Amino acid sequence: MGTVTRIILQRLALGLLTLLVVSVVIFTAVNLLPGDFAQSILGQGATPEAVAAIRQDLGLDQHPVTRYFQWLGGAVQGDLGTSFASANFAAFAGSDANANMGTVASTIAPRFENTMFLAGVTAAIAVPLAVFLGVLAALYRETVFDRAANIFTLSSISSPEFFLAYILILLLAVLNPILPSLSNIFDGMSFSERLERTLLPALTLTLVVTAHMMRMTRAAIINLLASPYIEMARLKGINPLRVIVKHALPNALAPIINVIALNLAYLITGVVVVETVFVYPGIGQLFVDSVKLRDIPVVQACCLLFASAYILLNLTADIMSILSNPRLRHPK
Amino acid sequence: MSPIVSVLVALIAIAVVAWLFRFLGQASTSNAPFFRDMPYASAFGYILGGAALMGGLWLYLQDGAVFFRWAVQGFAAFAVAGWLFRIFGRVVGTQGSRKLFRSMPLTASFGILTILVYAFAAVFAGVIAPYGQDEIIQGVAANIVPGGDPAIGGNPDFPLGTDQLGRDLLSRLIYGAQNTVGIAFATTCLAFFIGCTFGFLSAVLQGWFDQIFSRAVDVLMAIPSLIFALLLMTIASVWAPQLGIPLTAFMVVIIAVIDSTRVYRLARAVGYNIVVMDYIEAAKLRGEGLGYLIFKEILPNATAPLLAEFGLRFCFVFLTIASLSFLGVGIQPPLADWGTMVRDLAQFVNFAAFAPQVAAAPLLAAGAIALLTVAVNFVVDWMLHRSSGLKS
Amino acid sequence: MSTLLKIRGLKIEGRSDETWNPIINGVDLDLAKGEVLGLIGESGAGKSTMGLAAMGYTRDGCRISEGSVEFDGIDLVNASADVKRDLLGKRIAYVAQSAAASFNPAHKIIDQHTEAPTQHNVMSKGESADDAMDLYERLRLPNPQEIGFRYPHQVSGGQLQRAMTAMAMSCRPDLIIFDEPTTALDVTTQIEVLAAIRKIVEDFDTAAIYITHDLAVVAQMADRIKVLLRGDEVETAETREMLANPQEDYTKSLWAVRSFQRPQKPAINTSATPVVSVRNVTAAYGKIDVLHDVSFDIHAGRTVAVVGESGSGKSTAARCITGLLPPRIGHIEFDGQTLPLSYKQRNKDQLRQAQMIYQMADTALNPRVSIGETIGRPVQFYMGLTGKDKRKRVNDLLEQIELEPTEYFNRLPSELSGGQKQRIGIARALAAEPKFIICDEVTSALDQLVAEGILRLLAKLQDELNLSYMFITHDLATVKSIADEVVVMKDGKVVEQGSKDQMFQPPHHPYTDLLLSSVPEMDPDWLTNLLDQRGVDNIGDAAVKKM
Repeated sequence: MGTVTRIILQRLALGLLTLLVVSVVIFTAVNLLPGDFAQSILGQGATPEAVAAIRQDLGLDQHPVTRYFQWLGGAVQGDLGTSFASANFAAFAGSDANANMGTVASTIAPRFENTMFLAGVTAAIAVPLAVFLGVLAALYRETVFDRAANIFTLSSISSPEFFLAYILILLLAVLNPILPSLSNIFDGMSFSERLERTLLPALTLTLVVTAHMMRMTRAAIINLLASPYIEMARLKGINPLRVIVKHALPNALAPIINVIALNLAYLITGVVVVETVFVYPGIGQLFVDSVKLRDIPVVQACCLLFASAYILLNLTADIMSILSNPRLRHPK
Repeated sequence: MSPIVSVLVALIAIAVVAWLFRFLGQASTSNAPFFRDMPYASAFGYILGGAALMGGLWLYLQDGAVFFRWAVQGFAAFAVAGWLFRIFGRVVGTQGSRKLFRSMPLTASFGILTILVYAFAAVFAGVIAPYGQDEIIQGVAANIVPGGDPAIGGNPDFPLGTDQLGRDLLSRLIYGAQNTVGIAFATTCLAFFIGCTFGFLSAVLQGWFDQIFSRAVDVLMAIPSLIFALLLMTIASVWAPQLGIPLTAFMVVIIAVIDSTRVYRLARAVGYNIVVMDYIEAAKLRGEGLGYLIFKEILPNATAPLLAEFGLRFCFVFLTIASLSFLGVGIQPPLADWGTMVRDLAQFVNFAAFAPQVAAAPLLAAGAIALLTVAVNFVVDWMLHRSSGLKS
Repeated sequence: MSTLLKIRGLKIEGRSDETWNPIINGVDLDLAKGEVLGLIGESGAGKSTMGLAAMGYTRDGCRISEGSVEFDGIDLVNASADVKRDLLGKRIAYVAQSAAASFNPAHKIIDQHTEAPTQHNVMSKGESADDAMDLYERLRLPNPQEIGFRYPHQVSGGQLQRAMTAMAMSCRPDLIIFDEPTTALDVTTQIEVLAAIRKIVEDFDTAAIYITHDLAVVAQMADRIKVLLRGDEVETAETREMLANPQEDYTKSLWAVRSFQRPQKPAINTSATPVVSVRNVTAAYGKIDVLHDVSFDIHAGRTVAVVGESGSGKSTAARCITGLLPPRIGHIEFDGQTLPLSYKQRNKDQLRQAQMIYQMADTALNPRVSIGETIGRPVQFYMGLTGKDKRKRVNDLLEQIELEPTEYFNRLPSELSGGQKQRIGIARALAAEPKFIICDEVTSALDQLVAEGILRLLAKLQDELNLSYMFITHDLATVKSIADEVVVMKDGKVVEQGSKDQMFQPPHHPYTDLLLSSVPEMDPDWLTNLLDQRGVDNIGDAAVKKM
């Protein structure tokens, strides 16, 4: 087995292990909650029988370790349990709490799709823009352009997402009504309509992510351009474009991919606030709502989902940089 | 399609003008090095920048562009304030501080000035603010519109208006400095205390101690920090009333612990770089103890990177707290805080088309958050630039 | 002979702290076709800046403020970027100090070799590749047909440096700038690179500027030598003339450095207990043994030089003695007493008796601690002196290392020169009042004049305080000047040991012989004679491999 394959398998195993430990952390954290969910769902006036029924329904009467493995086993198969909010509703409605509408998976699935769409649109705009501007800033460093870009990116990194969101709403929805300020998305919408309603939150995220990505790309490229082999290429009389394409780019790939993956991971956090501002029906908004409702299974599931995406992206960055390292690709 | 077409046409026009600019420049200066060695991309940049400036000027003179004018005026005011402050710093102070101000960029002096103003507002909020932060003023209507124009529902006594309960927004904005900034500062200090202690211990002791803490931090860092904070805040919000501890205290601890993982990483890395130095080896071989190594040998050499990190971490903590508050699970009423203010007043943004000043209140609260983090980032950026410049 | 390169009144400035500071203050230089000019000077003399300026190139943050650089009638200072680019690589080539860093890690060596000829339309890719193999053959690279198809990290340092020389030759330039091409290499590897460079420059009658700080090296390579000091020219002369009859005081002092030599002390009284005794030590990093059954003794008042190239295990031996790396097998005795293996188990007095002086004074002194406190700490820690007593002791120590106490007590390390920092390192070791000091390459990072001062100081202190030194070095000149006994190491084993006089007299172990013969001497004919004597295949890595 090659060195590269071995290292990548090691990283994959490590990522899986991390995910497992993270799931334990999330589960344990939730189980630190005092008292009884069943009680808090039904309120103080509930009869003991009703509480016991809910407890049994939700499996709260079992040992935590058993519950963890049940939860994990379910999660692996795509069953993330029953939403308390739905269970609550179902209990009052008198219908079966295990009906399909109440499962966490069915709550999350459409919203997950929406969030992926938002992230996809953001990435499609942000990644090429940021890499292009970042390389430009590195090539023309210490010029007016670079300084202006520095001030602009610093400002947009420093601003909270909701500030940028409201500024964009103000500019593009209120003063110049070009885009809708609320992103109510539903099934059966045409793609262009959906895109139009996603554009404003996507632009907000783009502003933040582009700034981060551009600064990191710039730093990576400047670092690279200072290396002796770039000076050597210049001293060989190679024209500047070829120096960039042939000598800098192959070595810049790893750091740039790293930057992109890290920032897509950053999107995950940004999504929570931005979806709330625009009432975008994504997983971030669901998460915040569930936090407020203390709907534990949904909170758990969202957390696990966010953490998985985060770990996956970091893992991708790691593996990509291993793959693009000539020292590892061509061992001695 | 038409906006895309017009943008394309404009770009082509700029491209042509740029070529002409360089060509005429070369011809008229008989190939002076400035024009001769100018890459086409630079020429394009000059013309593009020029076009953008002209466009901005045109927009500034339009009647409808109230917010753009405010933005430009605000930007100019900040620049002038930073410039004056730098001049002040160059004249007053010790020799060292004067020298510092001489090589300081405008962004950094503006940043320092802003931080000073915020610190002043935070410390003396009780003196400056006309009303108390949760004082419901008797005989005054709720929801007074900012701007003080009675024609649209304002009141000159309350330049920023009142909120839905009839509390003075200006006072709440000023108290917000005390609460939001103060709590963020305390949280960052706590995060640094935890992170640095364990980070340095890991660097010095290495071995199993380092392994255990590094792996634990890896796991904690695999959960996005805002998500983790929200999860823990959910749990804390159940515990807080039962234990009788304010939720805000829980928030401070939770964010500090989550953020200390990042501080740990840095402190450990910085520590590791210092520990390999021969002077540490010399101290170890002398038989020095752990305390001497950390406090006398490592810490003095780690202050510069840690100080820069403190600024960045503060921004991060500050934004996290503001975001949590904005989402409704952060700093709790009756404390006035900027994130909550933005959330409560956000709907006024939608009236900006009719009366621009109405949108001022939520934007000012959000802007207050942004301004401080921008200022801190400017200062940190300058510090990092300086230290990297000194090394090479 | 016609002039190829003509530099007049060249001034170069570098930007630091928002101001422009001079690096080169008006230097002239003439180079004829086919001539090799040696450019020598200590660190900070501006040699590299000068070499790059000869290509019309300045690094970021530097600028040519005055003067002219004329290459074959072309004014390089005012030439357009296109004109310069056409010359670089094609007519003027560059060989950098570190080949490992200057080859692009992402491309094969041959692809980097053929780049300049194809870009400048000198040869097709195929022709250039064939030519590369021919050049590799001339430079005696192993497997010349195949080596080019490797990636830079797959080739050893000395081979890579020769491949870079071949690359510089790819367009058959008129001028090559060699910027310290052998400084980063071990002596045995250095010699094969020197031989290769000299051969190829002679073969193609190429003019060259050879930049180095090593006089003996430049004596082998250059027709003419120019000496620089802090951006000014000191003197220029033909090599033989310069070696035989240096004019300026500074040049004379450079020549004199190698004159310091202590006489051989009388034979050791073998019945006396050695101060330090290394007994059958085998030590490992992780699972790999890096020291194999090493034994040697260090007696009172004597200096034992431990000599070897990088990776020979000489520093590891020091780490075993100090207890930083506990040996896997074997032990260390101090005054006949067995020391605990790890420094953590040693008591304060055992730690005090053995002190260490480091190679890099920059990393050996805490940059945030004043000189007084750096030296004062061991005084307080071991002797328990405080207040006035401590201050007095520190002042005495500063006087011992020939620094004025009142002037230096409150300074920070950054306010000292390299040599002064090294003296502080010595004072810190002396403050513990030890019997035994390990000197780890203490003079390697210093310019020769400064290094000599340190050696003299160490010798003086040894005589006054009856100290024992373990002197780790790769430099045989240093061994000659200060050692009483010599231990030669290779691949973690002791190859040979004995008194200095024995070691510098034949017969030797073949490795010692190779090491000794590889050290360049001031004689301009040294390399020629050596090659005649041994043949090209009995130097460098090739010779090591045969052992």
